[in-house]
Amino acid sequence: MIEISDIHKTFGDNEVLKGISADFKPGKNNLIIGGSGSGKTTLLKCIVGLHEPSEGKVFYDSECFTTMDFRERVPIRKQIGMLFQNSALFDSMTVEENIMFPLNLFTNMPNSEKLDRANFCLEKVNLVGKNKLYPSELSGGMKKRVGIARAISMQPKYLFVDEPNSGLDPLTSILIDNLINEITEEFNTTTVIVTHDMNSVMGIGDHVLFLNNGEKWWEGTKEQIAHTDNKELNEFVFASKFMRAARAKL
Amino acid sequence: MFHSLGRYILLLRLSFQRPEKFKVYWAEVMHEMVSVGVGSLGIISIISLFIGAATTIQVAFQLSSPLVPRSIAGSIARDSNILEFSPTISSLVLAGRVGSSIASQIGTMRVTEQIDALEIMGVNAPGYLIAPKIIAGVTMVPLLVIVAITLGLTGGYIACILSGDVTPADYLAGVHDGFDGLTVRVALVKAVVFGFIIASICAYQGFYTSGGALEVGQSATRGVVFSCVMILFADLVITRLML
Repeated sequence: MIEISDIHKTFGDNEVLKGISADFKPGKNNLIIGGSGSGKTTLLKCIVGLHEPSEGKVFYDSECFTTMDFRERVPIRKQIGMLFQNSALFDSMTVEENIMFPLNLFTNMPNSEKLDRANFCLEKVNLVGKNKLYPSELSGGMKKRVGIARAISMQPKYLFVDEPNSGLDPLTSILIDNLINEITEEFNTTTVIVTHDMNSVMGIGDHVLFLNNGEKWWEGTKEQIAHTDNKELNEFVFASKFMRAARAKL
Repeated sequence: MFHSLGRYILLLRLSFQRPEKFKVYWAEVMHEMVSVGVGSLGIISIISLFIGAATTIQVAFQLSSPLVPRSIAGSIARDSNILEFSPTISSLVLAGRVGSSIASQIGTMRVTEQIDALEIMGVNAPGYLIAPKIIAGVTMVPLLVIVAITLGLTGGYIACILSGDVTPADYLAGVHDGFDGLTVRVALVKAVVFGFIIASICAYQGFYTSGGALEVGQSATRGVVFSCVMILFADLVITRLML
C-alpha cells in the first residue's frame, strides 16, 4: 500500500500542492483526477520521487520513501513501473531493447529468459512480433502499449500511469484502460493513474481522488461520483452533455 | 555562476558513482567511443590536411629570405601543428560536432521524460548517460589529435609538392630537425583536457534542459559556446604550465 501524508509542493512562490493525504490500495485502480493545473502530475511525481515534496511524507508499505537517499530508494524503485504521458521510450533502442533494459540492469537472467519475458510482456499488450521496431516507427497507441510492457517487465508491485489516454482515439483509450485494469487485477499491483478522461474514471476508477487547486477536494469510488453533491466535482465530471445524460440514466 | 559551478561538480560526482551493472555501462562506453572517435574521423582528417598545408605555405611565404634555411618552414609548421592546430582547432571543431550532439541528445531525453524514466527504474541517470560520454571524450580526442598531427604534417608535405615553395626534402629535413617529444606530450595533455571539457560541459547543459525543442537547441548552443571558451582558456593554462 502507498500512503501519502500532508504533501506540500512549492515552486518558488507558487504552492502547487497544499497538504494532500491519501492511501492507495493494492489491487485497485487509484485515479487522481482534476482540472489542468490542479497538481495531479506534480502529486504523482512527488509520490515516485521525481519531485521532492516541500513538506509531508510518502510511505511504501510503511517504509518512508521521502527520507531515503538515491541508493536506499533503489530496492523500492525496482518494484515501480511507470507509464509516462508521452511514453518516454528510449529512442535509440528497439521495442525489445526498451522492455529488456531494466532486466539487463537489475537481473542476472540469461538472455533467453529476458527475451521470453519481453515476448510475454509484448503478448500482454497485444504487440507480438513488433520486437525489432524503433519507437519512431510506432503509432501513439502502440507507444503507450510498449510503455506499459516496459513498465511491467520487472513485474512491479506499484504501477504509475500519467495521462494514459492523452492524444489517443476513443477506441484505443478504452483498450489502454482495459489493459491497465487487467494488469492491476492479474498482478495485484497498486495502480495510481493520473487522468482527466471521464470514460476512464467511470470505467476503471476503483478509488478516485479529486484535486482542485492543489487540495484534495473529494475522495470516493466511481459509483459515488454519480451521486455526489460536491459542486466542483460535479462541474468537472459532468461538464459534457454526454456525461450529464449518462448520469440521468443511472 | 557559483550555483552553476556547484551543480556541475555535483553532476560530475554523480556521474562517476559505482555503476549498477558494469557490463551494460561498458557497452555504452564502447558505443560512445565509436560515435565520438570513428564518427569524427572524417571531419578531423579533412581539416587537418588543409590546415597543415595552409600553415606550411604561409610559413614558407613569411620566411622567404635567403638568410633563412628553407627547412625552417618544416620545423615551424611541425611545432605549430603539434602544439596548437591539431589539439586546439580539432577540439573546437569537435565541440561543434560532438558537443552539440551530446547536449541535444541528453536535452531531448530530458524534455521527453526519458531521463525521468531512467530514474524511476532506479538507474543513476548521470552515471549511465554522462560517464560513458566523458570516458569516450578523454580517450578518443587524444587519438583523433594523433591522427590530426599525422595528417597535418602530411598536408604540409603535399603542399610542398604542389606549390614548390619549399622542396619536399627541405620540408622533411625541417620536420625531423630539433624535434622535441615534449611538444607531443603537451598536445596529448591538451587533448585529454579538451575531451573532458567538451563532454562534461555539453552533457551538463543537456542534463539541465527544461522546456521543449527550443530549449534543447539553446542548450546545445550554450554547450558549444562554453566548451569553446573553456578550451581556449585551458589551452592558455596548459601552454603556460608545460612550456
